[in-house]
Amino acid sequence: MRRLISVIVLNEHGVLARISGLFAGRGYNIDSLTVAPIPESDFSRLSIVTNGDERVLEQIVKQLHKLIPTYKVIEDASFVEKEMALVKIPLSEDFAGLDAILKGYNGSVANSSDEFIVVMVVDDASRIDSFLKTVKKFNPIDIVRGGSVIMDM
Amino acid sequence: MKELNGSQMISEALRLEGVEVVFGYPGGAALNIYDETYKQDHFRHILTRHEQAAVHAADGYARASGRVGVAFTTSGPGFTNAITGLATAYSDSVPLVLISGQVGRALIGTDAFQEIDAVGISRACVKHNYLVRSIEELPRIIKEAFYIARTGRPGPVHIDIPKDITAEIGLFEYPNEVSMPTYKPTYKGNSKQIKKAVAAIKSAKRPLAYIGGGAISSNAAEPVRKLLAMSGIPAVQTLMALGVLRDDDSLNLGMAGMHGSYAANMAISECDLLISLGARFDDRITGNTAEFAKGAKIIHVDIDPSSISKIINADYPIVGDLATVVNQIMDELNSDAGIDPSLYAPWRDTLDKFKALYPLDFDDSEGVLKPQWVIKQTAQIVGDEAIISTDVGQHQMWVAQFYPFNSPRQFLTSGGQGTMGYGLPAALGAKVAKSANAVINFTGDGSILMNIQEMMTAMADDIPVINIVLNNNFLGMVRQWQTFFYEHRFSSTDLSLQPDFAMLAASFGGVGYRVKTKDEFKKALKEALDSKKPAIIDVVIDRFENVLPMVPAGAAIYNMILDDKGKR
Repeated sequence: MRRLISVIVLNEHGVLARISGLFAGRGYNIDSLTVAPIPESDFSRLSIVTNGDERVLEQIVKQLHKLIPTYKVIEDASFVEKEMALVKIPLSEDFAGLDAILKGYNGSVANSSDEFIVVMVVDDASRIDSFLKTVKKFNPIDIVRGGSVIMDM
Repeated sequence: MKELNGSQMISEALRLEGVEVVFGYPGGAALNIYDETYKQDHFRHILTRHEQAAVHAADGYARASGRVGVAFTTSGPGFTNAITGLATAYSDSVPLVLISGQVGRALIGTDAFQEIDAVGISRACVKHNYLVRSIEELPRIIKEAFYIARTGRPGPVHIDIPKDITAEIGLFEYPNEVSMPTYKPTYKGNSKQIKKAVAAIKSAKRPLAYIGGGAISSNAAEPVRKLLAMSGIPAVQTLMALGVLRDDDSLNLGMAGMHGSYAANMAISECDLLISLGARFDDRITGNTAEFAKGAKIIHVDIDPSSISKIINADYPIVGDLATVVNQIMDELNSDAGIDPSLYAPWRDTLDKFKALYPLDFDDSEGVLKPQWVIKQTAQIVGDEAIISTDVGQHQMWVAQFYPFNSPRQFLTSGGQGTMGYGLPAALGAKVAKSANAVINFTGDGSILMNIQEMMTAMADDIPVINIVLNNNFLGMVRQWQTFFYEHRFSSTDLSLQPDFAMLAASFGGVGYRVKTKDEFKKALKEALDSKKPAIIDVVIDRFENVLPMVPAGAAIYNMILDDKGKR
């Protein structure tokens, strides 16, 4: 079962290694993990997407808590989840319909060159999945997903 | 506030923490630390002959004394040698601080001589670790390290200090208190949960206390004994808990688990309420978890929330310090009508029948020494005050089964990791902590060679511990499994070729004996005790003696192998 966990940790040396090492060492899955400092504080926020049954999830949460730099683990809230994706499409493609698709996914053209355009979309992870399926017909050269960022409500 | 260099800060911080002894081994990156160690006189430094032993000795010191053990190593291999010690202490929740030297900051990341990513390596086997990045943070880090090591669920903390910081001068102000917004262990149990648990105790017909090593870590032996005495609830102990109850306590059913007593394992299987007191449902206790305490509700008291419902779902989880929570439980039990111990008399009668049916026993022999006899005889000679360490294997289980432990911190053994080579250095640490007590290390002919070099430490620092080698010319426990489950194929377990242990002891300057009879053993042990020297008593035992009862791995704990007919 897919799970979202938001973790607030002291923004100190090696803290990301502690978290990722915990998942690796205990055999937990990481579907995505994003991290950035929380403005005007000593803390960072991690957004973790994982999967596992109730028992595994309970252990993940407890083990995260057990790490000394962990301040807070939020997992039972309702979350806003957004993920960003960048897609590079050659200019040689026929862009018919691309505009409408982008609109549907809060997308825009992020940049372009004489060979390709880069489009970006922001949406929840499952909608990003369907967007990426849809734009396959434009034969993208490269796709970068940002991983989910989540905020508890 | 005064100006000190990093090494002086370490020394001063240890003084302020009340550290009386450090076990360690010097080297390039630790030169400054060792120079300061040479100059100071408030702690004793004991040079072990291997870094693994330094950490085990600090561990033995910590377990015997209840204080934080301290060890020093240099960088690179000096540090990696210490890892087994850290892992051992981590698994058994032993409070330690390891300070390792690291190459200078300018060299970190360059694959310098004796450089290794020490915090990267230790992360998985310590409670917390630090790479010191500036002289300013050094005092705070040491303060936090000691605090983290001894509070909450205790454990080892590792501090890695680059060499240039050990020479750099900075302002030293040791914090009086630790303020960590992210680390606040829970000590007091939730009172609602305690009420519910006590109601469950009062309505149970067959309650059973299941006591773990947490009872020793939290100094809870006295309240636990009181709780059992006032309620008449019988108890089993884990390997790590031995000594919490007196051996002859009528409520004590003995050790539970893979080599536990018949009565202990049957009690777990038949109880209707299992009260876990600082135990963590290790697989060596539970066997097949689906069958473990199947008909019972579970009260689980633990200071580490992640231990609760990890293996077996708890019906009454209580997070808190065991001594505190047991006192809360007693208060609640006493709050209205109190509790009548006769309530559980029929249950105790059933258990007495289990006890009588298959008591822990062995077939003694006049022809060949039996390890169980040696262990019981040792207890008779050294008395209740002796501290016992072990290595790992058959001898460890025989000691757990047959040595009459009567007080907490009397028995030091590597439970979680099962680290061979632990016994001798741990015995040294214990003897340093409790110099008035006799300290005996029961070991095997396999284990003793894993840290035999520590006989030299024992000699050089005048730490007279006695090693009793239960010698069967085998890696006996593996041999036993090969006998039972691998059709007697003794793959790499035959240790027929051995050093002369008595001569080996003598070559270190200690005393050594090789004994084959009861009289020889008694005489040797008395002589060794009188000699006040490090000793090895090489005891030739029955080669094919097995540890019984035994629960095969993964089986339900009520399915014990009770005799070994045809399996010798």
